[in-house]
Amino acid sequence: MRLQYPPDVRIIQVPCTGKVDILHLLTAFEEGADGVFVAGCLEGDCHFIEGNLHAKRRVTRVKEILDQVGIGGDRLEMYNLSAGQGGRFAEIAREMDQKIRDLGPSPIRVAKGGGVQGEVAA
Amino acid sequence: MSYMEFSTPSKLQKILQAGHFAVTSEVGPPRSADGKVIEEKAHLIKDYVDGINVTDNQTSVCRLCSLASCIRLKLMGLEPVLQMVTRDRNRIALQSDILGAASFGINNILCLTGDHQHFGDHANCVNVFDLDSIQLIQTVRMMRDEGRLIGGHEFQAKPQMFIGAAANPFAGPNVELRLARLAKKANAGVQFIQTQCIYNMDIMRTFMKMMVDRGLHEKVAILAGITPMKNVGMARYMQKRVPGIDVPEEVVERLKGVPKEKQPEEGINIAVDQIEELKEMEGIRGFHIMAIEWEEKVPEIVERTGLYPRPKVNGG
Amino acid sequence: MIRAVGKPLEEIIHMVQDFDKILLAGCDGCVTVCEAGGLKETKVLGSALRLHFTQAGQNKVIDETTLTRQCDKEYVGLLRDTIDNYDVVVSLACGAGAQFVVDMYKDKVVFPGVDTCFIGVTEERGWYTERCQACGRCILADTGGICPIARCSKRMLNGPCGGSEAGKCEVSPEMPCGWQLIYDRLKTLGQLDRFENPVDPKDWTSSRDGGIRKIMREDLRI
Repeated sequence: MRLQYPPDVRIIQVPCTGKVDILHLLTAFEEGADGVFVAGCLEGDCHFIEGNLHAKRRVTRVKEILDQVGIGGDRLEMYNLSAGQGGRFAEIAREMDQKIRDLGPSPIRVAKGGGVQGEVAA
Repeated sequence: MSYMEFSTPSKLQKILQAGHFAVTSEVGPPRSADGKVIEEKAHLIKDYVDGINVTDNQTSVCRLCSLASCIRLKLMGLEPVLQMVTRDRNRIALQSDILGAASFGINNILCLTGDHQHFGDHANCVNVFDLDSIQLIQTVRMMRDEGRLIGGHEFQAKPQMFIGAAANPFAGPNVELRLARLAKKANAGVQFIQTQCIYNMDIMRTFMKMMVDRGLHEKVAILAGITPMKNVGMARYMQKRVPGIDVPEEVVERLKGVPKEKQPEEGINIAVDQIEELKEMEGIRGFHIMAIEWEEKVPEIVERTGLYPRPKVNGG
Repeated sequence: MIRAVGKPLEEIIHMVQDFDKILLAGCDGCVTVCEAGGLKETKVLGSALRLHFTQAGQNKVIDETTLTRQCDKEYVGLLRDTIDNYDVVVSLACGAGAQFVVDMYKDKVVFPGVDTCFIGVTEERGWYTERCQACGRCILADTGGICPIARCSKRMLNGPCGGSEAGKCEVSPEMPCGWQLIYDRLKTLGQLDRFENPVDPKDWTSSRDGGIRKIMREDLRI
């Protein structure tokens, strides 16, 4: 569709968000991601039946952990949309990008003395 | 096991053996070291009852102990009924307290398992439940009739206890099982029962009929539990929030049907009507009036139901 | 199996904060089955701790490992070569395993990473219920296969109590009344006559009340 979304959003494709593990999300932050969002199918429409529901509860768990370790759970979000909603994806990417900019660089990058270039993993 | 046999000096037992309706009530000890509270409450009811129960850390709220209170009542010349729960004491302490009570001539004991501690003011504590109520009944009987402790020690100066327990026809799973449990208590040695407070007459009637059909009423004296309601709020609370109590909607409606300031009076009327109805039920041998924090109403209830004055018995 | 839950992260952070070289040791046994202290949970804990201490500006070594079990010396012994690289071990095994690590590495500080809860079963993933109190003298034959010590809040042998209502325990409306379950089962089995005979007081010497327990199987020892 050739829609615009911010260049610092790195996309990692998975066959289903049910494949996304708690560890993947935490590792992303360990590696210096300033924000992460998980984009899964609309609830009830998951191609693999419940994958997006597993993703949802894992995202909730990781948000809690991020709050407890001083990173902040609002750096991670779950969104639901259909494969055909290209426009919505771009919108989400812009929304998340802005939110993370407002929050500033991840405390991990700050602690490691990281550079200006930030990243949001999707 | 029968209340007609295994006689003790208990005045309550003598009243039942003489064929009268027995009347008991209860006093709740204070949450402090003030023993005078027991005396004052006892004075309000003493001429209207044959025995005064003292509750044992009821609903797991720590209070001045039942044993000390019963000793005080005994020294006042009254007839205490020692309530004993198994929640807080192991078999050593339970037997020890029974010996202690008996040493003061206390002749009535009510053997209970006890409410779980989560209801009370020390919900973090450990609970004991070394024995349950039925094992406690067996223990008292063994101490009384054989002069023996659970551990085997034998002794001469035996407790002369009239053994009671509670029954709750309204608890789960069903009336048949509650009756089977009563039969089990009878097999263990119980002689009198004080029931949970009654509002559902249909269930009570079913329970008593089953009891009479089995002939249990000749072995175990049933004292029907009566608790007068003060107002609709209390009725609702007991209906919804207290386990094991069945308050039919008609009872609540009856209270709702009178203006608020008349509700206490109506509550007493309901209690009086209940007693009159229960008097006619075969197997009912008396009444246990639990007027919680309303002890001053006990005399009126006893008078209006024709149970005053209390009969005199030998040694009573 | 033994069921446990991971300790609150806050508590673990507090335990290890003054140490620099931390080993997280999970267990492939019971705590894996109840998803409290297996490989996954150990790695998640490692990641969470690294995130915390890094953003706090503290440089710590935080490594993860699991052992087949921590209640057998052969497996705990495998830590021998690496344990001296660390000044503290957080064991995510049950309380027994954690203590065995202490037994074998007497000069090491060992902290528990989970709260060990009970012996129980999996009703569904994530839902575990207690079934056995390890009283040491099993009476299941007398109670239709349902244990009143573990499943009655008052561990009555002559239940139910007067607070049992609509099949639920007086402690909580979510708690099934153990004696209701026993009653239903004995009814199915045609054994309701058991309800009329008093059961004598229990001999608690075989449970923790008798003192610290052990089993000595002479037939298994050389």
